[in-house]
Amino acid sequence: MPELSPGETVRVHVKVVEGEKERTQVFDGIVIRISGQGSRTTFTVRKISYGVGVERIFPLHSPRIDRIEVIARDKVRRAKLYYLRERSGKGARLYEEEGQAT
Amino acid sequence: MTGLIGKKIGMTQLFAADGSLIPVTVIETGPCVVVQKKETARDGYNGLQLGFKAKKSQRVNKPEQGHLKKVGKGAFQVLREFRSQDVSQYEVGQEIKLSDLFKAGDRVDVSGTSKGRGFAGVIKRWGFGGFPASHGTHEYFRHGGSIGNRSFPGRVFKGKRMAGHWGNERVSVQNLEVIDVRAEGNLLLVRGAVPGSRGGVLFIQRAVKGSK
Repeated sequence: MPELSPGETVRVHVKVVEGEKERTQVFDGIVIRISGQGSRTTFTVRKISYGVGVERIFPLHSPRIDRIEVIARDKVRRAKLYYLRERSGKGARLYEEEGQAT
Repeated sequence: MTGLIGKKIGMTQLFAADGSLIPVTVIETGPCVVVQKKETARDGYNGLQLGFKAKKSQRVNKPEQGHLKKVGKGAFQVLREFRSQDVSQYEVGQEIKLSDLFKAGDRVDVSGTSKGRGFAGVIKRWGFGGFPASHGTHEYFRHGGSIGNRSFPGRVFKGKRMAGHWGNERVSVQNLEVIDVRAEGNLLLVRGAVPGSRGGVLFIQRAVKGSK
């Protein structure tokens, strides 16, 4: 399991069972919260889908999560990024830390 | 078939293969030493007295020292007897390990001493609703209300739920599923909760009822 932190843009590959077949579904967005500790840790990923904000909570250690790709790591100054919910468009963007390549 | 003595470590959660969560209690179970064998011919019933967790020998009084001398395995924090149909396969001094008795998928009964809550009122103890905080209620907020009728029946029925001491009594939970047995740490993982606080002594036996 990769170390996650708030402010990262991630691509979560989730295994879903449809009928008898199992396939992988991708959910990508910004990690806005990491909650709990140890085996109980969950994280919340937020994305804007067709203009609607969608948040999904994943148990970090769930066997249903195939893998988590970190796409970007932006600078944030809090642990819970709830303020993103009140923003839209340009204001809801995060920025990379200056002078540090990710 | 006997049981084992254990110590409650605490609760945690595991994931099943399909991603569903299983709440589990971790119990440090055994190894237990057979301290005494009870046999029908001598004692009128079959059973085993087991010892769990070593104790310093200077903490043991003289009568108990004599009792443990024949075993020669030191002193134990917990001594406990388990009834058994057949004890012929066990010898005094023999060590019984967790993996000898239980495996994942088994059903067990777990007994222990529940958390003591002291003298509890009816709201805490029985979930009564209490009385309104306003509209003229006077010094009657957390009372239980009426406890019966009038000259008929002229008495309070037995078992009427009232305030009193709650907890710190022996409680058994039946038919818990064994999720995992981890032999290296003597850890038994059962689904759901068991009585008592962390560190409490538990008695684990094969399920009496409804095992598959």
